[in-house]
Amino acid sequence: MSAIDRTARDMPPATPGVKRIAEPRADERPGSNYLNNGYGWKSWLLTKDHKRIGILYLISISLFFALGGIYAGFIRLELLTPQSDLLQPATYNKVFTQHGIIMVFLFLVPSIPATLGNFLIPLMIGAKDLAFPRINLLSWYLLIIGAVFALGAMMYGGVDTGWTFYTPFSSTYSNTYVTATGIGIFVAGFSSILTGLNFIVTIHTMRAPGMTWFRMPLFVWAHYATSLIMILGTPVLAITISLMAFERVTRVGIFDPALGGDPILFQHLFWFYSHPAVYIMLLPGMGIISEIISTFSRKNIFGYKFVAFSSIAIAVFGFLVWGHHMFTTGQSVYAGLVFSFISYAVAVPSAIKVFNWSATLFRGSISYDTPMLYALGFLGLFTLGGMTGVFLAAIGLDVHVHDTYFVVAHFHYIMVGGTLLAYLGGLHYWWPKMFGRMYPEGWGRFSALVVFVGFNLTFFPQFLLGYLGMPRRYAAYPVDIPAFQVLHILSTAGATILGAGLVIPLIYLIWSLIGGPKAAGDPWMATGLEWRTASPPPTENFHETPVVTWNAYEYAPQEDMEVIGKTSPDDKPDRSSYSGA
Amino acid sequence: MSEHIVQPKSYYKIFGALMVLTALTVVVAFFDFGALNDIVAMTIAVTKATLVILFFMHVFYSSRLTKTIVVAGFFWLAIMFVMIGSDYLSRGYVPRGITNYVERH
Repeated sequence: MSAIDRTARDMPPATPGVKRIAEPRADERPGSNYLNNGYGWKSWLLTKDHKRIGILYLISISLFFALGGIYAGFIRLELLTPQSDLLQPATYNKVFTQHGIIMVFLFLVPSIPATLGNFLIPLMIGAKDLAFPRINLLSWYLLIIGAVFALGAMMYGGVDTGWTFYTPFSSTYSNTYVTATGIGIFVAGFSSILTGLNFIVTIHTMRAPGMTWFRMPLFVWAHYATSLIMILGTPVLAITISLMAFERVTRVGIFDPALGGDPILFQHLFWFYSHPAVYIMLLPGMGIISEIISTFSRKNIFGYKFVAFSSIAIAVFGFLVWGHHMFTTGQSVYAGLVFSFISYAVAVPSAIKVFNWSATLFRGSISYDTPMLYALGFLGLFTLGGMTGVFLAAIGLDVHVHDTYFVVAHFHYIMVGGTLLAYLGGLHYWWPKMFGRMYPEGWGRFSALVVFVGFNLTFFPQFLLGYLGMPRRYAAYPVDIPAFQVLHILSTAGATILGAGLVIPLIYLIWSLIGGPKAAGDPWMATGLEWRTASPPPTENFHETPVVTWNAYEYAPQEDMEVIGKTSPDDKPDRSSYSGA
Repeated sequence: MSEHIVQPKSYYKIFGALMVLTALTVVVAFFDFGALNDIVAMTIAVTKATLVILFFMHVFYSSRLTKTIVVAGFFWLAIMFVMIGSDYLSRGYVPRGITNYVERH
């Protein structure tokens, strides 16, 4: 049954234990919500409402994503032919650098935490706002200031170091706007630190009565783990980029061997942040998947505590594996062995999550709504990306495929197949909550499938390319290896489909703001607190402080309905009975 | 949570101590302690940093939770130093298999 059909029905009473707590007060103007509470530009740009700040983030990172996507388009077009004919090699270097910098620092890192996390964490734990609303607004401004530096440098001529800024090229030889871009990343990093700080304090101090740690939705657990990485890791990136810029400007030897420095030290420091940063991007996505899979299987998540603690384990282990980016550098063989071993270990908590999600699906009452299609796509693609990550943790294989398209394919399976799909799934899942409107379900499912097909056609050939030896970051490749061009053409064709699959949601989501049917407070019949208030929520989120008396995913057991014919323990009609039939 | 009120006098004392330690840094730079040079300089620097964190940043008067967070931060820094250091220390080691191979050829 589709979402719209369900919303059209009369809502049954809540799940057992779930009390409606957000009935509008008698003295309140009906229909007052955070969106129509003030219209001027000041009411948005000076707002302290976490929901409005979430929308500001949503708009800005969507623009950054579009820009990064255009650069990706140029990369794919250039690689259609073996010669560097569309772009000169020097220009190509700048194009892939800008693609990386925009996508990593301006899109992926803030994507889920700063939009959905910002919007949903207070709603999910029953708070009125984040702990520090002004700091929350400041963090958005810091991201924009960082973006102004990074994009300004790009307009003046760009950077050609790759998003990794490896020294001594970046600190000594590159004749592009490295310092300005570095300042941009430095400033944007503080945006991320402040967001993490805000989340941790909010989750510790502002949970509603009855919202114990193990009643929190796994989305909140995932964001807690993410925030730890943001706070502990991002300062190291700031220092590393500063040292690189310092060496570039003052010529004091830190990383450049010609000045007495050590280039591998830069890689250590850079990856000490940038490997955990992968988990900053991925963990919130995993949180979304836990929510979606549970809701659309009408089942409690399998092994709640394991999923919750595996987030924390990923955050901790994620800090100990950075050396696997450096197997082919002069890093000591023994350090490489240790890093390789711990990299295998970090696959364990990720696998726990995948197994638990699969077990949640087992005997669930599954409906294939748009968010669920994205979540199922995530499950497959993340597994593929994660498994190839285990390949890369093996030193012998890594030496063979290091800096080839195999690595590019691997991390795009994690970043696009994982984070982007989770982000899109989450956006569709909470869209009715954010804007009070439903999107067209048919188009939603169609675009989810187009994205899935386009994604795989883009990136699967890159595994083969890499294994055949196609290096990354080159504008040209040999003509006399025909497989190279065939695979590159497949990849570019896939990128076109993927691009189309991303434009479709852009159109219908914007259309839905005006033309979409009005969404109920709880269109998916889910159990989370965010669904216990109106859609869109009032400015103060809840009219009365909610009291939580149920666990995060307390759907009625399926066997009660199927075997005994009873719908819920106290024989009230249960929400689950409306989903599967 | 009641805020501990710190008298200005104690700030002046800490400031004085920091100044003395700064002077000491300059003085020891004129002596060569051989292998101990780094250790002496780092000891003074760490002492100063500790004073700043404990008193200027009020950690000394803070709750146990705050102290735990501070210690956790330094533990994280230690992870970074230890693991990077382990790379630098073991770079010179060559696996026995490779030395045998080189000797045979």
